[in-house]
Amino acid sequence: MEQILSFIAAKANYWAYVILLMVGLYAMIVKNNLVKKIVGMVIFQTAVILFYVSIGYKTGGTIPIIIYGDGHNSIIEPAAKAVDYINPLPHVLMLTAIVVGVATLGVALALAIKVYQEYGTLEEDEINKKIRA
Amino acid sequence: MTFFTTIFTFLPDLPAIIIITPLLASLLAAASGLFNRKTPFLIAAAALFISFISSIILIMQVVETGIVIEYRMAGWAAPMGIVYIIDHLSALILLVITSAAFLNFISNRKNIETEFRNKEGAFNSLYLLFTSGLIGMTATGDAFNLYVLMEIASLSGYALIGLGSNRSPLATLNYLFLGTIGATFYLLGVGYLYIATGSLNIADIASIIPTMMNSSIILFAFIICMAGLLIKMAIFPLHGWLPNAYSDCSNVSAGLIAPLTTKVTIYIMIRICLTLFSPEYTFNYLKISEFMVWLAIITIFFGSLSALAQKDYKRMLCYIIIAEVGYMVGGFFLGNRIGISGAILHIVNDAAMTLALFMAAGIFLWKTGEDSRDSLKGMFGKMPFTMAGFTLAALSVVGVPPTCGFFSKWYLISGGIAAGQYMFVAALIFSSLVNAVLFFRILEIAHFEPFKEHNHDHVYHHSHNTLLHHHQDHHDEHYETTKHNGVVKEAPLEMLIPFIAVSIMLVILGLYSGTIVANIIDFVIPAAII
Repeated sequence: MEQILSFIAAKANYWAYVILLMVGLYAMIVKNNLVKKIVGMVIFQTAVILFYVSIGYKTGGTIPIIIYGDGHNSIIEPAAKAVDYINPLPHVLMLTAIVVGVATLGVALALAIKVYQEYGTLEEDEINKKIRA
Repeated sequence: MTFFTTIFTFLPDLPAIIIITPLLASLLAAASGLFNRKTPFLIAAAALFISFISSIILIMQVVETGIVIEYRMAGWAAPMGIVYIIDHLSALILLVITSAAFLNFISNRKNIETEFRNKEGAFNSLYLLFTSGLIGMTATGDAFNLYVLMEIASLSGYALIGLGSNRSPLATLNYLFLGTIGATFYLLGVGYLYIATGSLNIADIASIIPTMMNSSIILFAFIICMAGLLIKMAIFPLHGWLPNAYSDCSNVSAGLIAPLTTKVTIYIMIRICLTLFSPEYTFNYLKISEFMVWLAIITIFFGSLSALAQKDYKRMLCYIIIAEVGYMVGGFFLGNRIGISGAILHIVNDAAMTLALFMAAGIFLWKTGEDSRDSLKGMFGKMPFTMAGFTLAALSVVGVPPTCGFFSKWYLISGGIAAGQYMFVAALIFSSLVNAVLFFRILEIAHFEPFKEHNHDHVYHHSHNTLLHHHQDHHDEHYETTKHNGVVKEAPLEMLIPFIAVSIMLVILGLYSGTIVANIIDFVIPAAII
């Protein structure tokens, strides 16, 4: 039991992102309401963003701002050690991915408004009924 | 003289110009649309033309020198910076994208003006954004940059498709859900590649992967990337979004998106399998070829049979597109030189054929106001040039010798025989037969059935909605019956000339397919593949 727990704890970030991913996917597939599906999509994207953010983390690392200067003057100042800092690259990538996510959400909501104007409802079964009628 | 010297100083920057021009022009087009209704079209046409010319120069450079162009964005070298790679394959696909986007755009000036009245700026801006997204996806040498550009293309694509008929927002929303799942899966795959290799540059990752073939992280990255791409390219169990999304949208958007989206996604798949993961990994280590070819076979059978069941011309084309996706995926995963050549050649040919068919759909709709097959009755007598071009496109899809469709199918079938995949060969022949039935049925109606009077001519002009179908009020008081009298005659020249150009290209591509394979595609396929 303890082994299982420590296994889960050691990979906590992966468990968290996979669970979120599945929650999002579940909502997108199963939910009947279009807005709930959109929320599922946002959770789905956020899961991957959290995954990226977590892989940049390092135990005991700090934010990558070099206190000693830029390291060019290495005779006077000690050069920065990469080990001391968390990896900023995944975080920077996720800034872009967050922007993409917001844009996707915007387009999705705009389309949902259009759907509502057309059918007067956001429930998929009711929309399907109206299409068949 | 100074003009030409100025042009030549831009030459080394062409890989940047080809994407930046439509990107900046899209902002400009949106802004100018607020003041004037004509300028957005001019700006967009000029930008697309510049991209088109750039891609011609680039492919000539690459073919002549045989050197891969590596363009460093802002001067930062790989693997730190983002590089754009123009090699034989990406130059070829760039030419396909820019020429298709340009020709489809100029032929649809009137359609844009009538369908997107007072929204020209926004529409042209989306059109350019979509094109620059595709160009970037093709040229980039960075795995994450690829994701961003894929999303630029997808998001503008959703907007373009959503601007269609009343039913299109729902179809687009479903497309958006699946497209987002696909792109997010790809992003996840890139994340795992980054964990394993510490790099995002495609060439850099490719140099590291051979040292860690057995890593399960790499395996997972491959599977999840491919899953994402397979959703985006609409292969059989994941195809559901395509027919609704493409058939409900306006013809201008369909003519841009239908020929290009699936093909560029297949190009990305080829790039990822050949360049990122080596062919050694994809074909020899993973042994997924058999599975993928079977998936392709099912896709071909399913697409062809569904196409048979359709009454609506555009929906029929959509199912043919799905079947063609099967051709290319199957041909690529045959894993031999002939099959892969066929798959790449078919990307080019199929883009041209689909473009021609959707342009024809645009002309028919413009002329008759109807999408159904029966509306084409007796069209040969009324629109001889359009129908001649349509016949060429139809023959090409069927695969009749002088047209390009025959040659890529020939490569694919030879590849299938060489790989011993007889079921794939059977699927290709079956699909050709079905296409023959589909198109000869249309040609028969158009040739021999008596002409049916349409009262829908130019019905677009009077719609203040985004798009309309036949149930629109035809007795609109503005309806200019005096001017058109419901008489259908040849399409306007500005629509006809690009369409005829594309149709003639179908024959030229066919006649020169040997040259294309020898000069371009042979350099794409690694020597390790026999």
